[in-house]
Amino acid sequence: MYLDHNATTPTHPLVRDAMVRVLTEDVGNPSSVHYYGQRAKAAIDDARMAVAALIGADASDIVFTSGGTEADNMALRGTLAARAAHGRRRLVVSAIEHEGVLKTARALEREGWPLTVVPVGTSGVVNPQDVADAVSADTALVSVMHANNEVGTVQPVAEIAAIARAAGAWFHTDAVQSTGKLPISVRAWSTIGVDLLSLSAHKFNGPSGVGALWVRRGVQLAATMTGGRHERSRRAGTENVSGIVGLGAAAAIALQQLATPNAEIQDLRDHLEQSILTRIPGTAVNGDAHARIPNTSNISFDGIEAESLLIALDLEGIAVSTGAACSSGTLEPSHVLRAMGVPQARTRSSLRFSLGSSNTRAEVDRLIDLLPGLVEKLRRITRSAAGVR
Amino acid sequence: MRVVVAMSGGVDSSVAAVLLAEQGHDVVGFSMQLYDQRDSPEAWGSCCSLGDLQDARRVANAVGFPHYIVNFEEQFRRAVVDNFVSEYAAGRTPIPCVHCNSGLKFATLVERADALDAEVVATGHYARVDRDPVSQLFRLRRGLDRDKDQSYFLFSLTQAQLSRAAFPIGELTKPQVREIATRRGLLVAAKPDSHEICFVPDGDAAGFVKRQLANNVPAGKIEDTSGKTLGDHDGIHQFTIGQRKGLGLSTGVPLYVVKIDPTDHRVVVGGKHELGRKELTASRVNWIAGAPPSGAIRAAAQIRHRHREASGLLTPHDADHAHMVFDEPQTAVTPGQAVVFYDGDAVIGGGWID
Repeated sequence: MYLDHNATTPTHPLVRDAMVRVLTEDVGNPSSVHYYGQRAKAAIDDARMAVAALIGADASDIVFTSGGTEADNMALRGTLAARAAHGRRRLVVSAIEHEGVLKTARALEREGWPLTVVPVGTSGVVNPQDVADAVSADTALVSVMHANNEVGTVQPVAEIAAIARAAGAWFHTDAVQSTGKLPISVRAWSTIGVDLLSLSAHKFNGPSGVGALWVRRGVQLAATMTGGRHERSRRAGTENVSGIVGLGAAAAIALQQLATPNAEIQDLRDHLEQSILTRIPGTAVNGDAHARIPNTSNISFDGIEAESLLIALDLEGIAVSTGAACSSGTLEPSHVLRAMGVPQARTRSSLRFSLGSSNTRAEVDRLIDLLPGLVEKLRRITRSAAGVR
Repeated sequence: MRVVVAMSGGVDSSVAAVLLAEQGHDVVGFSMQLYDQRDSPEAWGSCCSLGDLQDARRVANAVGFPHYIVNFEEQFRRAVVDNFVSEYAAGRTPIPCVHCNSGLKFATLVERADALDAEVVATGHYARVDRDPVSQLFRLRRGLDRDKDQSYFLFSLTQAQLSRAAFPIGELTKPQVREIATRRGLLVAAKPDSHEICFVPDGDAAGFVKRQLANNVPAGKIEDTSGKTLGDHDGIHQFTIGQRKGLGLSTGVPLYVVKIDPTDHRVVVGGKHELGRKELTASRVNWIAGAPPSGAIRAAAQIRHRHREASGLLTPHDADHAHMVFDEPQTAVTPGQAVVFYDGDAVIGGGWID
């Protein structure tokens, strides 16, 4: 039972088919003049159209990248390089950003670029007023994510973007967790103040290793990957043709699904959440109950190490997640929960359930039947271990 | 039967896990990340480094059982590193592996095992555990490979821990372990043994302690046994009993550290004949049977990892303390090291040399 869709999602069969087809049939380099090259170029163009359609953009404003993190890097670094000469050197980011933004901003800070990290309330939502207080005449870029990956909270992107624009700052949003889950129209957003948006294919049934940065027309980012004239000189390097085709196919499927509103995943999530809250004492939901993507539930189980529960569930064939996984696969207290002011003990006892379209009611019911016993056992062990110490 | 196996990424624990899996057990591998190696520019370790954790994961993956890397940085610092530093600062020579084995590995793995309904916790130590046919008590015995035996590091295990413990390679020799690994094509088959203290890979314990104490180490005098000052030193943490090198003295005869006095930071040196001790007392003694012998008994005592055990008379004072009188003087009885008492190849108990 796979309940970790915010980490990655299974590749849709149609996406896989599209990728296999392009790998089998389109052998050319998209930059080549000949027929083979044209075929590959056309495949990329189609994908660009599909991605643009998903987020309400013009195709020419889409830059393909190796994923969300590269898109984030491109936005942050490209903005600073472009705007420093105009006295705009400061980054303003929220405390609950994905590491793609937060750690990049910290790295840039070490390189000498001023950084302001905007706090977040206990509900996991950024208060636009805090951004207004943080921006100034030296702000180059404000970056606030659309939906948070750990607790699922949706940020008031439009309001914050308007604040950024009023202050003369560019605005970037990491939409990796919302793309395909929430309707997005950058055409509407760009009039308010959104300038840059990151997305990643594997979060909505596409392949991993491919994503995109949407760049509002008129925003002149400095290229961070230099070389050939690929992606209109905005991202050099021969295109990941099959990955891009996969992204395009996933975008087309996601657009279709978003067009027919369907509360199935949210109903399942709410069923899971409510069952846990009523059946297991000492549990609480982290993050705003309403301003949230429909598939995510982050729950604290007081008195246990979430890591132990994760492992126990894994041995039952149920995949969930806790905090942010580091390179070695170990766990560290979540910077998101800490930023929300969740006490240290509870940050270590929180699990993230993130559902996808393949999950069924029967699966969730099996989890609900298993959890109370597991939690009770783990609490007993923790208590007796504490007694021994 | 579900078995939790502690995997360091080395050949011994890898083979232990593989043997259990081949016996049909439901093996769950655990590796411990003991210190942060990601962001710090001066990573501490060689053993249990990221590479080792990956090796463990790859072995588990190749054999086909689940494997988890759990973060024990906090516990490791508390149970092992802090103690290591304070012992050196107090003029003793600590042996961190014992704290790591009982205080960390077994205690926490038993907890993990309980959470997963695993009956047994296995490690890749060269040691054996069995039951006394008469008393039914669990016995801890030396590994069959006398050169590799690690029972010395396990003396603080309790009956409760031993009842859950398995040492699948305790009956094997190191060459046999390597052969098993080679025959199975394990990627760690030829991996070198780790020797040094894992968090001090350069072997410079004194430098490590000094850094941990932020250079806050008082200087002192070096004297001979008659009280005559021979020189100065800049911290007792860099000395251990029996040490000959690095004293910074130029005398005609070889001199050894025979005593370290933490109260006035004094290091006393003497000739080799002054290094011998006929007796020792041990504190915080753990008796494998759960209680001390009823009176004085003949036993053999091992006073450091690489020491051929020496026989003598062992007298338990109370549940926590014991006195050992050797038949022959022993060189470099070192406060802070463990002393482990044996009856043949069975561990009677052990404690910390005062």
